[in-house]
Amino acid sequence: MDPGTQGQWPPIKDIAAKVQSGELKAADLVEQALEAIADNKEYDAIIATTGGRARERAKDIDARAAKGQEIGRLAGVPFIAKDNFLVYGAETTAASNILKGFNAPYQATAVNKLEAEGAICVAKANLDAFAHGSSTENSDFFTTKNPYDMARVPGGSSGGSAAAVALQMAPFATGTDTGSSIRLPAAFCGVVGFKPTYGLVSRSGVVAMASSLDVIGPLARNVEDAALVLDVIAGRDNLDSTTIEKDPRPYTDLSFDLKGVKIGILKEYMDDSIAPGIKTQLQQAIDKLRAAGANITEVSIPSMPLSLAVYYILCPAEVSSNLSRYDGQRYGYTYPEAKDLEESYSQSRGRGFGKEAKRRIMIGTYVLSSGYYDAYYKRAQTVRTKLMQEFETAFSKVDFMVGAVSPTGPFKIGEKASDPLAMYLADLFMAGANLAGIPSISIPAGINDNLPVGLQLMAPQRADRDLLALAKQAEELLA
Amino acid sequence: MIDPKTRAKYATTIGIECHVQLKTKTKLFAAVGNDAREAPPNSLVSHICFGLPGALPVLNEAAIGLAARAAFALNSRPQKFSKFDRKHYFYPDLPKGYQITQYDEPIIVGGSVEIEVDGETKRVGITRAHMEEDAGKSTHQAGQDYSLVDLNRAGTPLLEIVSEPDMHSSAEAKAYVRELYLLMRYADVSDANLYYGNMRFDVNVSVSKTETLGTRTETKNLNSFRAVEKTVDYEVDRQIELLEKGKAIAQETRGWDDAKQKTFSQRSKEDVEDYRYMPDPDLPPIIIEQSYIDRVEKEMPSMPGEWRKRLSGLGLEPAAVETLLDAEVEEGQVSYLPLIDMLLDQPEAAKQTANWQINVEVPLRREGKITSIFSDPEMLEIYKWLYRSSKERKVSSNQAKDFLVAALNEKQVPANLDDFAKQKGLVQVSDEGEIAKIVEQVIKDNAQAAEDVKSGEMKAIGFLVGQVMKASKGKANPKLAQDLIKRQLGL
Repeated sequence: MDPGTQGQWPPIKDIAAKVQSGELKAADLVEQALEAIADNKEYDAIIATTGGRARERAKDIDARAAKGQEIGRLAGVPFIAKDNFLVYGAETTAASNILKGFNAPYQATAVNKLEAEGAICVAKANLDAFAHGSSTENSDFFTTKNPYDMARVPGGSSGGSAAAVALQMAPFATGTDTGSSIRLPAAFCGVVGFKPTYGLVSRSGVVAMASSLDVIGPLARNVEDAALVLDVIAGRDNLDSTTIEKDPRPYTDLSFDLKGVKIGILKEYMDDSIAPGIKTQLQQAIDKLRAAGANITEVSIPSMPLSLAVYYILCPAEVSSNLSRYDGQRYGYTYPEAKDLEESYSQSRGRGFGKEAKRRIMIGTYVLSSGYYDAYYKRAQTVRTKLMQEFETAFSKVDFMVGAVSPTGPFKIGEKASDPLAMYLADLFMAGANLAGIPSISIPAGINDNLPVGLQLMAPQRADRDLLALAKQAEELLA
Repeated sequence: MIDPKTRAKYATTIGIECHVQLKTKTKLFAAVGNDAREAPPNSLVSHICFGLPGALPVLNEAAIGLAARAAFALNSRPQKFSKFDRKHYFYPDLPKGYQITQYDEPIIVGGSVEIEVDGETKRVGITRAHMEEDAGKSTHQAGQDYSLVDLNRAGTPLLEIVSEPDMHSSAEAKAYVRELYLLMRYADVSDANLYYGNMRFDVNVSVSKTETLGTRTETKNLNSFRAVEKTVDYEVDRQIELLEKGKAIAQETRGWDDAKQKTFSQRSKEDVEDYRYMPDPDLPPIIIEQSYIDRVEKEMPSMPGEWRKRLSGLGLEPAAVETLLDAEVEEGQVSYLPLIDMLLDQPEAAKQTANWQINVEVPLRREGKITSIFSDPEMLEIYKWLYRSSKERKVSSNQAKDFLVAALNEKQVPANLDDFAKQKGLVQVSDEGEIAKIVEQVIKDNAQAAEDVKSGEMKAIGFLVGQVMKASKGKANPKLAQDLIKRQLGL
């Protein structure tokens, strides 16, 4: 197929306007989305559809629009939620066996905000279980296939969301990004993936992976759609104390003058580990930015080589803590044969969690253990602080940074499945943004070996709007 | 039993950890009611208390305010920077698999509590106090193959106050926990209702014959001052007995069996868990501004220590002072000390009022013989009237007591206290003419006694006064009666 290029869906703001005016029916859009999902079933991007509730909501929206009531900026726009978002009326499994059968009794703040503007959730997308992974191969259910090559992975952990958008199942999908999980699959599937500043979008009602790194963001076909979705879901939430106020200037205001803007090529993200074909693509993209007036220099984050090591200490530590609640006692999978409490815990967790979750629980438990805490967790925190400072220093010299998303393109299913370290290296150019809490976006930058290439752009904390504006310019230049 | 001589060879060291439930309306991290006393099981539970996927804690700021007050009550100040940590262990009444607590940067660091034992004042150091959430409640039904979990209490805010090992006897331990109770009540930090477990004590005890401290045991979850006292006594003797037999003390957690009046082993410290503490990434650190600290300090009410100074300054006995301090924070809405405070510029009236409170109002309220509750200004009117009337000898001390009982059982404060007292027959008759008539009659009826008085046997005058009192049904002013008897007998 040739995904991403044939726009089956109009731009989101046009859909909303037409639903509001009655020119388009939300009910038809929902059917269109469900059909696209059914037609592309073999890609395994979707865990479950939420057709019943979607049709009801569509009916209600159409009725209200017919009465001339204001629906909202996403009126009737179908979307797909990554299955770690709690959505009413749908199972929320985070692609894990231990949460199979868990029906959400409350809903994620981000989903509430999307629905308040008229968006309609039509399906829940596949992911690496609990978002642990870079390929969706760690899903306890099935592996999603790359829309460009079914033998390859879509990236992860939001692989289902990225593939769904690329396959035109819906105009946008939600994702979570802890170390790469929005941007890597966006790059692998040729769509736009935006990771906002830490705290800009509420994590309430989203299954936690590593709380100090997790962010929520959109996957869409273009920057403008991503910006609109961000504008809807961003902002302070009383249910998440780590959230920040949104920028008073709308994120949809993408007016921007590229002339004289300082963009630093992040040396550590443009090194020789990158496949030559991809590097050439990226260099051409950067040349286009220069030609359009950007002032291109080189910057360095000297501690960057440590970022993945830091990430794979802090992340499992928080994962081991956050997964403690899945103990088989109140909801989710319970081992039915347990003879006592101890056995109920060990068997429910032992059988309910997949390999990767268990691996991260083991690592996390180890680094937090008494006697090891200082050597691992505390030290990693110290390096994280240093990384943040280095980012700050670098951003005192440039307005933005640019680099590769990943050293390679989409790899073959099974290629890295037996080598967790090789899999972890897929996040090499991504985790730095999470550790520093800065916004980062992956936009399509052409095709290499018939597979999409992603370009990563980064900005200082809270410069989300500027980053989206730059990305829009880049998107136009690279089109 | 250990003989006192053997016991005297050992020094006892005691440290106490106390969990105080903070009196917030809602839980520490969830907008859910906090009063689990009468609520049906699992009715005060939200997605946060239940530990659902995606649920995040949001700090209840009221808890910070209460902890800040507790800091001043403990002769300390709140830390400008503190943070929350996660303490991990698995148990069905701990829904998240970790408890949110403060590990290495608690809200209160350092402090002290003054206690008095056998007339000596002593300072018990406070190491630290930290905020944390309570767990739920597990019930293990005898003979059943299941347990029940009630999460109403899960997430209730607690302040854990850790003392230095500064106490050396059960009397000191008891005095310390009572003082903590008073401090928390006076600072309005906690209801500190022991019956409902609002305050629970973990008591660490060790004994040693040398300078080196002995191995300690920790007896957990005591919920009365008496249990603390008894636990120390029991543990001291148990440990000495073991040591005298040449046995070692096991470092362990123990419980208190109130029926048997004994401590018992719960778990040894060898299977102690590794809690894998880590900073809670869902909760930003608590930063307190100096201006906030200043405001809390300014708003602090008088603490028991200040009241003691004020009350003993009036000349009240220590035991009486303590009675009043306890009564002030007993169940119900009755207050005593504000009246004393309002009378401080009239020390005599203040002292007299305190004495009436201590000897009449407090005991009779406890017995249920006084039931009406009036406002402080109303109570002040009553006591002022009583003080004035007794000073003017309009009421005797017995009448004063009867007057209080009568007035404080009225539905409303009597509009005119003079009329009320007269109506109830509770004023002394000081009308000379009226008493003179009674005296005349009494002298006539007791001619012999009158003769005895005339001949200088002054003992007999007491008898005559008694007769006058009797005839007046106790209303006559005895001093006036005596004067009139003397006058009529020409003395």
